[in-house]
Amino acid sequence: MKQFLVFVRKEFYHVFRDRKTLLMLFGLPIVQIVLFGFALTNEVKNSKIVVVDYAKDISSQKLITEIEASNYFEIEKTLMSYKAIEASFKKGDIKAAVIFPENFSNDLIHTNKAQIQIIADASDPNLATQLTNYLNNIIQGYRQTLIQNNPMPYQIIPEVRMLYNPELKGATTFVPGVMALVLMLVCTMMTSVSIVREKELGTMEILLVSPFKPLLVILSKAVPYLVLSLVNLTIILLLSVFLLDMPVNGSIFLLFFESALFIITSLSVGLIISTATASQQTAMTMSMMGMMLPTLLFTGFLFPLENMPKPLQIIANVVPSKWYYIIIKDVMLKGLGITSIWKETLILAGMTVILLAISLKKFKIRLA
Amino acid sequence: MRTLKFLLQKEFKQVFRNKGILPAIFVMPIVQLLILPMAANYTIKNISLAVVDHDHSSYSQKLISKVTASGYFQLSGYEPSFKKAFHLIEQDKADIILEIPTNFEKDLVRENHQKLFLAANAINGTKANLGAAYLGSIIKDYNDDIRLQWIQPQHYNAQPTIDVASSNWFNPYLSYYDLMVPGILAILVTMIGGYMSALNIVKEKEIGTIEQINVTPIKKYHFILGKLIPFWIMGIIVFTLGLLVQWLVYGIVPLGSIALLYAFVALYLLAVLGFGLLVSTYSNTQQQAMSIAFFFVMIFNLMGGLYTPIDSMPVWAQWIAYLTPVSHFIQVNRMIVLKGSTFADVKNQMLIEIAFAVVLNGWAILNYRKTSN
Repeated sequence: MKQFLVFVRKEFYHVFRDRKTLLMLFGLPIVQIVLFGFALTNEVKNSKIVVVDYAKDISSQKLITEIEASNYFEIEKTLMSYKAIEASFKKGDIKAAVIFPENFSNDLIHTNKAQIQIIADASDPNLATQLTNYLNNIIQGYRQTLIQNNPMPYQIIPEVRMLYNPELKGATTFVPGVMALVLMLVCTMMTSVSIVREKELGTMEILLVSPFKPLLVILSKAVPYLVLSLVNLTIILLLSVFLLDMPVNGSIFLLFFESALFIITSLSVGLIISTATASQQTAMTMSMMGMMLPTLLFTGFLFPLENMPKPLQIIANVVPSKWYYIIIKDVMLKGLGITSIWKETLILAGMTVILLAISLKKFKIRLA
Repeated sequence: MRTLKFLLQKEFKQVFRNKGILPAIFVMPIVQLLILPMAANYTIKNISLAVVDHDHSSYSQKLISKVTASGYFQLSGYEPSFKKAFHLIEQDKADIILEIPTNFEKDLVRENHQKLFLAANAINGTKANLGAAYLGSIIKDYNDDIRLQWIQPQHYNAQPTIDVASSNWFNPYLSYYDLMVPGILAILVTMIGGYMSALNIVKEKEIGTIEQINVTPIKKYHFILGKLIPFWIMGIIVFTLGLLVQWLVYGIVPLGSIALLYAFVALYLLAVLGFGLLVSTYSNTQQQAMSIAFFFVMIFNLMGGLYTPIDSMPVWAQWIAYLTPVSHFIQVNRMIVLKGSTFADVKNQMLIEIAFAVVLNGWAILNYRKTSN
């Protein structure tokens, strides 16, 4: 035991005396959680649209004021021909165009039937659908005010409640995902590189000829990174609660427990990579390039997993961050307890055991 | 000029004799371009719906079958109470709850109005928002149907109506591939160009061969150009392969001029390669170069407007996004491919890329020292 502690101390020295790595270990997660936490959102905000008002009468003016009042749009009012609208779309200046035909008010009052045209730039399909929906809602809302004195018969009024995230903030979706992403990448990379470095420098040989058990060599490597990652996690959580306004509805204790489990899983992925590679270069390529895109996509925070083709959904199941993302959403946002997430917890634990078993088995005590 | 020729010969030999690097440059991007767009699909469909029907009337049945027949919703549960349905949301088995109150039919007919309750899991705001909007429009349709049953048509027409004719330009089928494939191609070209050039000079530093270059009369800009040109050519080849995949697999043919597209890529690659060279002049080992490049590529990836729109970011983040060369390239690639934008439309972005190329490469040349310290 005393031996083990001495080795752990050695590893801590390694980490603390390498300023650049330390900067990477703490700087990268902090910068990325803040940057991505604020920047990533699918909310529709300040979308530039153009209003082409050929009518210029009371009704069209009123409607335009209502569209202006919502903070989804940034309006530019001009008279444009169809050609000019197309040119504006091509320049990328506007996302949608609303066109009021001549005699809009007249038609509405006298024939009770008026028309509005909405054109959306659908090169981003979801944005186009959302913009059209918002505009439609505003127009229908205006129509409701017209007939308030004379209510529609047989009216069904849907009342919508947005659970967990009433303001539809983007951070609620993205912050847990970025947490999973950052923890996973940093933990995997650090462990894999630190073991391979000893191989590359030749110091691994010294460790292997010592009376210290090879198993403990590896464990003592993982301990400092576990501790540092927990510190990292605390910083990330503090940032997301106080800076990014994320709620923690469930138990903090459970959150830490699950996160520690996930960190251990990621460390084991790093161990596997380190046993399979011989140079820092390869280890880095595998843990960065190899892990980045799969983690980014298969965690499920950028694109819904259920939309992917079946084979990809199956692949997603072996990505640990997918399970951690589910857990963290359940605990932080939904405030659920262990009874709801025991399955995900078991999967993560199982992965860890398997990964550790394989890497211990593959860990060579003889040098090639 | 002759010096440059020999340097180029050397660089090309190095690339072609390294059997590991060629597949990485040419095969990886193609494979990724084949797989990633399938994973990056944000079409909102198959929204799981839990129904709580307290009424059990023919009206509520009709509403439910109308909703499920729309194709957007999948009935994932038919629960006796809101609490049970809410449990489905907690387990992620349902996205939206539709609650129909008791006496829905009776009150609608008798009191002329009735409420319906929708509750959406808004952790993913976009999905909740679109789901609720779809459901709302189905309910409105249903409402119109009922009204028609009870009221004579002329009476109904006495209400003012506003018809909204909406059209989706440039992508009428709302295909997500159209958005993602050009964007992902842009990122792949960036990654290849950025990483490869970042590692290149550092490799010579680490192996020590840079000393041999330093003691020759080769000029600084010769050396940098010798490193730039091979990767520039490879970048163009990767982009061409990507365009072929985009056409053959996804059926996306650029609407705009191909020559304009290539002109832009040519400029853009200069900017990205400049970034890579700059990174490599600042690092001493390949590991350092990788870490720095990784940090920036992460930011390029997520801030470039590939996954989430730049317009929705806070203003300071938009500035960061515009300070990356990749955001302009993704934007222009989408504009030319999907909308057929012309030179006049993308002129500004071109100027920006030229500025990036000049600044980054100039900085790299200034920072590259032939004297060792």
